[in-house]
Amino acid sequence: MTMHFLLLFSRQGKLRLQKWFLPLPERERKKIVKDMTTMVLSRKPRTCNFLHWKDLKIVYKRYASLYFCCALENKDNELLALEILHRYVELLDKYFGSVCELDIIFNFEKAYFILDEFLMGGEIQETSKQSIAKSVEASDMLQETMEEYMSKPAF
Amino acid sequence: MTPSVRLQEMIRVIRSARTQGEERGIIQKECADIRAQFRQGDNGERSHSLAKLLYVHMLGYPAHFGQMECVRLIASPRYSEKRIGYLGAMMLLDEKQDASLLITNSIKNDLSHSSQYVQSLALCTLACMGSAEMCRDLAPEIERLLRASNCYIKKKATLCAVHIIRKVPELAELFTPSARSLLSEKNHGVLHGAVVLITELCEHNPDTLDQFRKAVPELVQIMKGLVTSSYSPEHNVAGISDPFLQVRILRLLRILGHNNDTASDAMNDLLAQVATNTDSSKTAGSAVLYETVLTIMDINSESGLRVLAVNILGRFLLNNDRNIRYISMTSLQKIVQTDHNAVQRHRGTIVDCLKDQDTSVKRRALELSLALVSAVNIRSMMKELLIFLSTCPPELRSQTTSGIFNVAERYSPSKRWHIDTILHVLTTAGGDVRDETVPNLIQLITTASELHCYTVHKLYRALVKEISQQPLVQVACWCIGEYGDLLLKGECEEIEPVQVTEDDVLDALETVLQSHMSSPATRGFALTATMKLSTRITDNVDRIRSIVSIYGSCIDLELQQRAVEYNALFKKYDHMRAAVLERMPVMGKNSPGHTNGDTSGENKEPDPSKPKPVEAGLLSEPASQVCDLLDLLGGTDTPLQPNPAPTSTPTTTSSTDLLDLLGGLEPTPVLTETVYEKNGLRLKIQCDKQTETEVMVTLIGSNSAQNDITNFSLQAAVPKSVQLQMKAPSGNVIPAHGLGQVTQTVVLNNPNKVSLKIRIRVSYSNQGVMHQDTVQIDSFPSPACQPQSPSLSTTISPL
Repeated sequence: MTMHFLLLFSRQGKLRLQKWFLPLPERERKKIVKDMTTMVLSRKPRTCNFLHWKDLKIVYKRYASLYFCCALENKDNELLALEILHRYVELLDKYFGSVCELDIIFNFEKAYFILDEFLMGGEIQETSKQSIAKSVEASDMLQETMEEYMSKPAF
Repeated sequence: MTPSVRLQEMIRVIRSARTQGEERGIIQKECADIRAQFRQGDNGERSHSLAKLLYVHMLGYPAHFGQMECVRLIASPRYSEKRIGYLGAMMLLDEKQDASLLITNSIKNDLSHSSQYVQSLALCTLACMGSAEMCRDLAPEIERLLRASNCYIKKKATLCAVHIIRKVPELAELFTPSARSLLSEKNHGVLHGAVVLITELCEHNPDTLDQFRKAVPELVQIMKGLVTSSYSPEHNVAGISDPFLQVRILRLLRILGHNNDTASDAMNDLLAQVATNTDSSKTAGSAVLYETVLTIMDINSESGLRVLAVNILGRFLLNNDRNIRYISMTSLQKIVQTDHNAVQRHRGTIVDCLKDQDTSVKRRALELSLALVSAVNIRSMMKELLIFLSTCPPELRSQTTSGIFNVAERYSPSKRWHIDTILHVLTTAGGDVRDETVPNLIQLITTASELHCYTVHKLYRALVKEISQQPLVQVACWCIGEYGDLLLKGECEEIEPVQVTEDDVLDALETVLQSHMSSPATRGFALTATMKLSTRITDNVDRIRSIVSIYGSCIDLELQQRAVEYNALFKKYDHMRAAVLERMPVMGKNSPGHTNGDTSGENKEPDPSKPKPVEAGLLSEPASQVCDLLDLLGGTDTPLQPNPAPTSTPTTTSSTDLLDLLGGLEPTPVLTETVYEKNGLRLKIQCDKQTETEVMVTLIGSNSAQNDITNFSLQAAVPKSVQLQMKAPSGNVIPAHGLGQVTQTVVLNNPNKVSLKIRIRVSYSNQGVMHQDTVQIDSFPSPACQPQSPSLSTTISPL
């Protein structure tokens, strides 16, 4: 499942999370984000979740006010990509407890930490929800403990 | 969990900005603070500042001044600082930045850190943005972690190795030994990573691929375990046990089984099991089934399994979920050539999908429907396609029209049906057809001599109704010009007779000439048609004369030129007029009158209506055409010879002729051999070399007996290393007395270049009696089927 990038953006086109699995210059990234938001936001409801863009397959899904959008290579399985997006949402939901867009805005760094436990280098790293939740919790504990020890607050 | 107070405070402030300008102001202030903060050095506040900077970066503002801070934070001993530092590195640094090299050392140290979470940060960052140099430096470390660490680190190290191989393919050998042993892990995360790693290794190196083929039984075991296992809450998704891992394993099996019989055999049972047992009511199950279908189609699977796969796709077509319908059609598209008959069974559902709401689904359904048209179903399919054309979205129209023309060309049951179909398309979507349509249609009409009367009546009526569709108007004008006499005669068998007077016809043409909707090319057609009518009508020649002379001063250069020349034809060369404007002869497909590609009405249209002396330079440019004519007018007094039958010298562009789809469409049976002759049935074979290893063989059955031959079918067998692909036959009835023939194309792929042999079993019914015979063909008509010599063009027609 070689993902090229994963983007989260709102219905107004504001970017909430961007994960790039390929080295691309900043200008290129901005252009891609713009293309994706335009393409996905202009899709009518009740159309299928797959698009073609250049030589990539774009899979997107809307969850409440956020669009989750990822780019796959041509030989990848789009249905599985939908499952991946869903799994990520479930992980966020478990962590934040009934996650909403505001959680991701104000705690974006945690959304990244969770993503980094789930995907790596564009591939799935761990298929068990519990395992990921445990690792994230343990890392948070590590941070907290050290912070307490250093008696300094976190960010 | 301590909330990130200061970061969140800043986010709140930024979001409360009411205008873009206000936001920019806030951001500028914050960035200044952050910069000051960075300059101050270590005071425990750095991670806050970097976090804020990362937020600002996500909003789209420049943040490059944070790059060095990331490097410093990564080197810090505090976990919170490392965590945000690595995140910053992944967001702000990429391999193109120089600063990225500076973190290599930190990563190296962190890879051996006592805490696995620190190790994990380093591995994650390396896999995300590691450059080739960094990968080369750190590969041995990764390899060590791959072998000797806990599951948590192992799975991350595996994916890190995948990244390294992608960046530096030569390092693949380093990881190959450990990869195999990873398959015996029980942890799903590690197992998944191992499968990804092995897939990557196999894709990079065919030798490694051979090596890993031995792992097929192991993979099959693992897969079986997943499919038959009882409910495991940890990995269960909608009733499927770890669909992510299942899909990954299926993909690896596909690569390993491709073009390899042993491996394919080993996985046959498993694939059948997965295909039948997987519950596809939710997306997870469908994803697994989809991957299974892809695998079955790509390996050397037995035919029963392939049919099962196509049936799964057929079932998907009926699924309520639009995504699944879309997926099924893209897959069917890929296999429609090879498994044509299997896909044909689902034709009804596919045609129904033409009515789907979603444009992407419609597009797929269109492509698939066009691929499924055959001689047997052409009439019903065309009906559906024409209905689709009238309601289809604008972006699909030109694709639809050209598709319809192609299939009409190949499979039309009769000329009249063909002409009717093209006319229907022109009336519905005349604006979206290709330029070649007009000359192609004209050519078609000339060949259907028995239908001239019918055609011209129909076109006249269409013209009178409306003149906005240019291609239709052009063809109509041309026909009226050519066959105006038939139109005026008034009687026609196949259409209700309507009395058309000469004035009516000239009125129609004049309307076209004067209408602002007519393009210059169209007006050219109309003017020439008007001129031609001067020899076909009796009463209104003066009217034609006056029309023509008016246009002698037209602003459009082309029209003016024509009008002047026609005028001259009336005045000075009246004795030649009849000969010059004589009925056009039937045009061959590649003759001078037949054009293709971009036509500006100017260049090519005058050709058919202007005769030329029969010389080699028939294909001369319009400029020299004009010169010829001027020569004629200014030169000798010798009367012009009436235009003889054109030679069918092919144009050099014949190979790119859009309609010349099946090279052998022209009756030019070069290199055909009769292989079977009995009971009036004669079977001929014709060879065409496509590529170095591919040969296209056409089998042609003809019938010279008194009775029709029915239930005609052919089966073929070839040597083991040759692959055979039989296309759909053109029909299964061969009319008697040589009135028709059936053709079937067979594509042979001969990768090992063995000598080609084919055994054909012919079965047919004649006068109620079933016959069955076998013919073995050991030598093919050469040289087209010899592997060495280049193929000759087979469209050279005799003069």
